[in-house]
Amino acid sequence: MTHIPTMSELAAEGRQPEVLFWVGCAGSYDDRAQKVTVAFCKILQKAGIGFAILGQEESCTGDPARRAGNEFLFQMLAQQNVAVLNMYQVKKIVTTCPHCFNVLKNEYPVLGGNYEVMHHTQFLQSLLAEGRLKIEGGNFKGKKITYHDSCYLGRANGVYEAPRSLLSSLDANLVEMKRCRSNGLCCGAGGAQMWKEDEPGGKRINLERTEEALATGAEIVAVNCPFCLTMLEDGVKAKDKQDEVKVYDLTELILKNQ
Amino acid sequence: MLQPILFAIVSIVAFGFAWRQYSRVRRNILLGKDEAIGGNAAARWRNVLLIAFGQQKMFKRWIPATFHLFIYVAFLLTQIELIEIFADGFSGSHRAFAAPLGGFYTFVISFIEVLSMLAFVATFVFLARRNLLKVPRFHKPEMKGWPFRDGNLILLGEILLLVGIFSMNSAGTVLQSMGAEHYHPTGFFAVSGWLGPAMFGGMSEGSLAILERFGWWLHILVVFGFLNYLPISKHLHLLLAFPNTWYARLTPKGQVSNMPDIQREVASMLNPEAAPQEPAAETVLAFGANDVFSLSWKNILDAYTCTECGRCTSECPANLTGKKLSPRKIMMDVRDRAEEIGKNLDSKDPKYFPENAGTPMLNRLGYHDEKSLFDRISREEIHACTTCNACVEACPVLINPLDIILQLRRYEILMESAGPSGWLPLFNSMENSQSAWAMSVERDAWKREGG
Repeated sequence: MTHIPTMSELAAEGRQPEVLFWVGCAGSYDDRAQKVTVAFCKILQKAGIGFAILGQEESCTGDPARRAGNEFLFQMLAQQNVAVLNMYQVKKIVTTCPHCFNVLKNEYPVLGGNYEVMHHTQFLQSLLAEGRLKIEGGNFKGKKITYHDSCYLGRANGVYEAPRSLLSSLDANLVEMKRCRSNGLCCGAGGAQMWKEDEPGGKRINLERTEEALATGAEIVAVNCPFCLTMLEDGVKAKDKQDEVKVYDLTELILKNQ
Repeated sequence: MLQPILFAIVSIVAFGFAWRQYSRVRRNILLGKDEAIGGNAAARWRNVLLIAFGQQKMFKRWIPATFHLFIYVAFLLTQIELIEIFADGFSGSHRAFAAPLGGFYTFVISFIEVLSMLAFVATFVFLARRNLLKVPRFHKPEMKGWPFRDGNLILLGEILLLVGIFSMNSAGTVLQSMGAEHYHPTGFFAVSGWLGPAMFGGMSEGSLAILERFGWWLHILVVFGFLNYLPISKHLHLLLAFPNTWYARLTPKGQVSNMPDIQREVASMLNPEAAPQEPAAETVLAFGANDVFSLSWKNILDAYTCTECGRCTSECPANLTGKKLSPRKIMMDVRDRAEEIGKNLDSKDPKYFPENAGTPMLNRLGYHDEKSLFDRISREEIHACTTCNACVEACPVLINPLDIILQLRRYEILMESAGPSGWLPLFNSMENSQSAWAMSVERDAWKREGG
């Protein structure tokens, strides 16, 4: 990975990147999600995309605060982010987290933040379509892969096809879970559940979803969200299947075919 | 001469009583806060036509959807026959539309009869699903007692309704074939044409005439019964589904509503000079919702539209894994609370209108009963939500339980400073280090991991 410039570095040289990569808290700090961040950057660099990050100037989008009910905290973070983004005259944003994607795309415009926002699966798919991204290798040819729709990319924003078309570009054998697309089952992390104990109940949601994924007989569970990644990986471990079944972000699968 | 007078009296009483009941429902819905909903009429018409009229979302589960469609279409088309019943009822005529419409009349009534037979079958299928097959979503805790009886009552009412119409048509068919006075030939009806002779053939003209009138009165009385039963029943959906789909949100499901008051306050905090010099509003600062007064009127319309089918609950990941949250129960609780307040308002008891109620959220009516939605909806329920939108997606009539859950969470956090203990470190970290996790390294430290 070569040097990834920040917006302020580029601004100092009077330059604008093609796209701003919004890393997000999970992508920045979570060990597992960091690997997705790095994988995404490697793909972008190989494809020759001029991108930058905000670095220290990026803050949490405020998503978990707003969904927990803490609107003050959301507004504090969101308005500061909008100020930073507008200062750099950002036009286009890509993010590896569907929660950041949803907030940036749907909830910032009313606060004065209007950008073209893409989820990384949409972005990669458009690069493929334009021929700027090449799939080489065939590492997953014919392999059974199941795909987990995250709530915030799927139901919340109606994006079901872009991630699936990435999988088909890998020549993988996509096996759908019983509940998929608009009927997809949540991994259990959304709505700020990630940061609290489960309410009393019979079962953890990630186990329910993991069982459904395992039932497909797939050896890889593909996800598009750092939180789903954690939840399903935990689920696979709880089922003691971590040696046979791997959970990957779609980005990582693409990187293995570069 | 007796029948038109009797019919007029029964109609006036039935409609008068219904007017009062529907006015109460309207009043209860408008207990909610004003919210201007409109614009993009094309998309709204699309929702009404496809989702309410066309039952599009019902067909996510095609077996119940098909049987429901039979009942729904039979209900819609029976309204044509109902117009004739009113014409006959007030004028004392018999099948007033038969002569002017001729063969077309025979076709229309036959068509309605076939649909009614299908609806008859569907009614028994639905009774069996509720009571014999015990479909799990009809037997959740919130369905105990009245909600469960409500589901069965309407099905029994439907059977009565159909028994009425088929008795009338069948007895009429036999009377016509006997050449009885007043019973002019109307052609062969698809169902009663054979049902009549099979069931009532050989009966005397007098008995048949009584049977025919009995069927007519039974049908119209059950219709009046339905009209007045709907406002207290889950079956109000057959009227409210239409306005509810019209007023449904058109924004992406993931978009949470903005709070402009807080937006302004935070904006002036972050940038005091740029803040508009508005005089502070005199109203009590109240955020989120703890009662129907602080919800939007659309949330309450949602609650009155809910037919308790439980598709939301059966898709809810929290409910599926044994948590207490059930989106359907949230909707039922909101309606029950609106009904409770409505009844108390109607009682005009001064104890509900104290001079100085010590509540931070005194509503515009000055109503106060020391209760709130939180007496019905526990914290455990609203804390279990993952905001996954499965309930919103599942609802066949575009009800949004998530919107209510989020408003209750807002009240809890913003007005009570309460909430799950796990969220405190989250909030602290977001406030102090602008990140969902408090970490000692800089935000782009991952760059070094890249190699």
